[in-house]
Amino acid sequence: MSVHADRAPGAPEIRVETPFQRFRSEFFESRIATFALGLLALIIVLALLAPWITPQNPYDLAQVDVLDGKLPPGSVAYTGYTMWLGSDGAGRDLYSAILYGLRISISVGVASGVIAMAIGSTIGLIAAYAGGRVETVVMRLVDLQLSFPAALIALMLVAVLGRGIDKIIIALVAAQWAYYARTVRGSALVESAKEYVEAARCLGLGHARIVFRHILPNCLSPLIVVGTVQTAHAIALEATLSFLGVGLRQTEPSLGVLIANGFEYMMSGRYWISFFPGIALLLTIVSINLVGDQLRDVLNPRLKK
Amino acid sequence: MTVFIIRRLLQAALVVLLMSLIVFFGVNVIGDPIDMLINPEADQAEIERAIKALGLDRPIGEQYLFFLKGVASGDFGRSFIFGEPALKLILHHMPATVELALVALIMAILIGIPLGLFAGLYPDNPVARGIMAGSILGFSLPTFWVGLMMIILFAVVLGWLPATGRGDTAVFLGIKSSAFTRDGLSHLAMPALNLALLKISLVIRLTRAGAREAMHQDYIKFARAKGLRTRRVIGVHLLKNIMIPVVTVLGLEFGNLLAFSVVTESIFAWPGMGKLLIESLLQLDRPVVVAYLMIIVVVFVIINLAVDILYSILDPRVRLREQGT
Amino acid sequence: MSVLEVAGLRTHFFTRAGVVKAVDGVDFTLERGQVMGLVGESGSGKTVTGFSILGLVDPPGRIVGGSIRYRGEELVGAPDERLRELRGNRIAMIFQDPMMTLNPVLRIDTQMVEAIQAHESISKKAAWERARDGLGQVGIPSPEERLRAYPHQLSGGMRQRVTIAIAFLNNPELIIADEPTTALDVTIQAQIIYEAQKVCRERGAAMIWITHDLAVVAGLADRICVMYAGRIVEAGPTDDVIDRPLHPYTVGLLGSVPSANKRGQRLNQIPGMTPNMLALPKGCAFRERCSRASDACLVNPDITEPAAGRAIRCFHPHGIEVPA
Repeated sequence: MSVHADRAPGAPEIRVETPFQRFRSEFFESRIATFALGLLALIIVLALLAPWITPQNPYDLAQVDVLDGKLPPGSVAYTGYTMWLGSDGAGRDLYSAILYGLRISISVGVASGVIAMAIGSTIGLIAAYAGGRVETVVMRLVDLQLSFPAALIALMLVAVLGRGIDKIIIALVAAQWAYYARTVRGSALVESAKEYVEAARCLGLGHARIVFRHILPNCLSPLIVVGTVQTAHAIALEATLSFLGVGLRQTEPSLGVLIANGFEYMMSGRYWISFFPGIALLLTIVSINLVGDQLRDVLNPRLKK
Repeated sequence: MTVFIIRRLLQAALVVLLMSLIVFFGVNVIGDPIDMLINPEADQAEIERAIKALGLDRPIGEQYLFFLKGVASGDFGRSFIFGEPALKLILHHMPATVELALVALIMAILIGIPLGLFAGLYPDNPVARGIMAGSILGFSLPTFWVGLMMIILFAVVLGWLPATGRGDTAVFLGIKSSAFTRDGLSHLAMPALNLALLKISLVIRLTRAGAREAMHQDYIKFARAKGLRTRRVIGVHLLKNIMIPVVTVLGLEFGNLLAFSVVTESIFAWPGMGKLLIESLLQLDRPVVVAYLMIIVVVFVIINLAVDILYSILDPRVRLREQGT
Repeated sequence: MSVLEVAGLRTHFFTRAGVVKAVDGVDFTLERGQVMGLVGESGSGKTVTGFSILGLVDPPGRIVGGSIRYRGEELVGAPDERLRELRGNRIAMIFQDPMMTLNPVLRIDTQMVEAIQAHESISKKAAWERARDGLGQVGIPSPEERLRAYPHQLSGGMRQRVTIAIAFLNNPELIIADEPTTALDVTIQAQIIYEAQKVCRERGAAMIWITHDLAVVAGLADRICVMYAGRIVEAGPTDDVIDRPLHPYTVGLLGSVPSANKRGQRLNQIPGMTPNMLALPKGCAFRERCSRASDACLVNPDITEPAAGRAIRCFHPHGIEVPA
């Protein structure tokens, strides 16, 4: 992206803002989005630091004692530390479990998002650049997949593949790649028609180089927006699948698994076992969506008045 | 118009065929077909008989044709758990799901459109801002979590509504539904609202975006310049233009409703197809799973087709373009 | 009593970047059956003037001062319902781009019948017939077929005829035509102007024809008002203004029209550019482009009337010697 500085000879000096600076100042115009971004950063930091800031590793069986089980928030555990958010059925400190769970939820969501983005974008780029039959066939496939809800596709795949973290990621990727493909293809089509691509072709640059170094950077804005929102969806989808019991296994406890574990205790009033992981999930998804919303408003040229 | 419908029908048939291929090969190549279609607890002699009967010792191409034949005649095998033909089982549970989905759809329309319209016409109004904030929450919150919270709040804490199950049904105009009894409604309320929440948020955002865009169009100003009452300007001119994208999305989202009903039905123990699917998945009742997948595919294809046709009826530009080709 | 009396109209837009004084001092009077040409370049405020009369100025703009009297009744500050009664009924408007002004998803007859039924209790059938006759009067062949069509099925010229027909449906006394021919081919332009003029004369309606093209109003209007940067800078009977323009801007406009008797000569351009409405120059808005400007022009001139029916807003109009 080039920086425009319109200067008539002799005209007064204008402060030139790079596109990134302008983007940054427009983004932070929204207090809500700024707050969401801060919250998201906090969540990620907490998740990353989990092993160091939690009193217990909830998946190390030696540290967990079932006598600590089902304690309400604020109780003191057998080993002496305070369980601020209570404990679950097996005696795991909920605060620790949530932080570890966040790691899994976020990493599964982000991993599947990144892979889906890579695959989807490549396919979309190829389709747009190659044109003709290739494009038609590819786009029909994309449309076909998009006419089915992602949740269902993931469910179908999980039904066939089974449980486990690798299979979930495959299912999530399969459910998402089409969104990226369609977005990238749309932008790439617009870009391919522009003159600088003609110029590059005339210069004899190789196809791969044109596509990746010239067209792709200009498709980035919509891709970023879609990526953010899709990541939130992926996290929610994984949580849903895990909650239903067809997603991650007990040994890879994401927030969804935690909530599922707590489901049976809800009727007896021990709501915290599901409630707190739920809040953590919620905060993560909502902050990603808020950031994505603002990104979309800022990066969308059509809304610029 | 007929050419249009025929073309779409052919495309639809192609899609169903494609999906059957995927499901078949998914089941046979990735999973173990013997586990899939034959009850693993049968003894060896039965298994051998079943293999022969199902043609599992034949080449894969033949097996696929056999499968297609079964699909065409509605034979998906028998459920391991219930012993009933899989198709019959699913169809038996379908009305409950459809009922839930329809009520949710109606809620989404009746609640979402007015709210979205208001938010679009008066964007700076604090209530409108609240609606938009609510809509972000609405589609961010995972359906299952909201369902859980609803149960805690309305059933456990407040005790106003029953937590699970479907209520009594009654027949009205030849349709049997639990929406026609008071008990039924009290059981419907939470699951339907839970299912509808995502859709309501979506409809609010769509309607609002449409209203905001349309309000600035020249034809709205021209309508006002003609001296039409505001009621008519918004109710006819604006609404008809917004309706087109909203209806399209809603139609497609109906499919989503069916998919998400899986979650809602599980939480609220609603006896529909979705709950059946999850149970079958967990209990490895494969014939039912396969049958469900194929039926969902067919339902989707029909929905997409219906939406395409509806769209062309609503938007005269599309209809006439199709007629011209 | 005049059909329309506009005095000191000021309509400002309060944007985040500043206040745009789109209309900042417009006065004119229109008698029954008169056709007035409101001429100016884009951004001069002529469209906003039209909208102000109908009360259709949307936020962030609003009328901040002045008066608009329709047959003696004050429209500025009038209740919305009263304005609605007048719109499309006694005062009608024709917009510029017929593709966007007709609602693409509604049929022509729907859009015409509703314009009638909004102001009169009349059966749908009777309204439909009136619509059909209206189409016939603007020269549309087989009107019944056209009524059942959708806007995108008609050509640009046809659509504009429909909007003209809609304007005349309820026999208004005043029509405001905002550049109705700008979006059309030249050949169609002439036809549309002819149709509009004809219906106007037949019904005795007054018309304000807004345009940037002097040539269009030269043969059409009884009076011309020239607008620049939100103010009327010259007004008078058409022939007078064209043959003996007083304001330097008017002179510039006329001088820049290509015409047969100047073949081979260079076209005269008005030097400079249209002013930025957010940062108008101090005093007379035309000062920086005017060859006759002096220090006196640092103050915005008031309207003076050098002759009956003539108005000019300038310290150094043509016809008066500029001090050296």
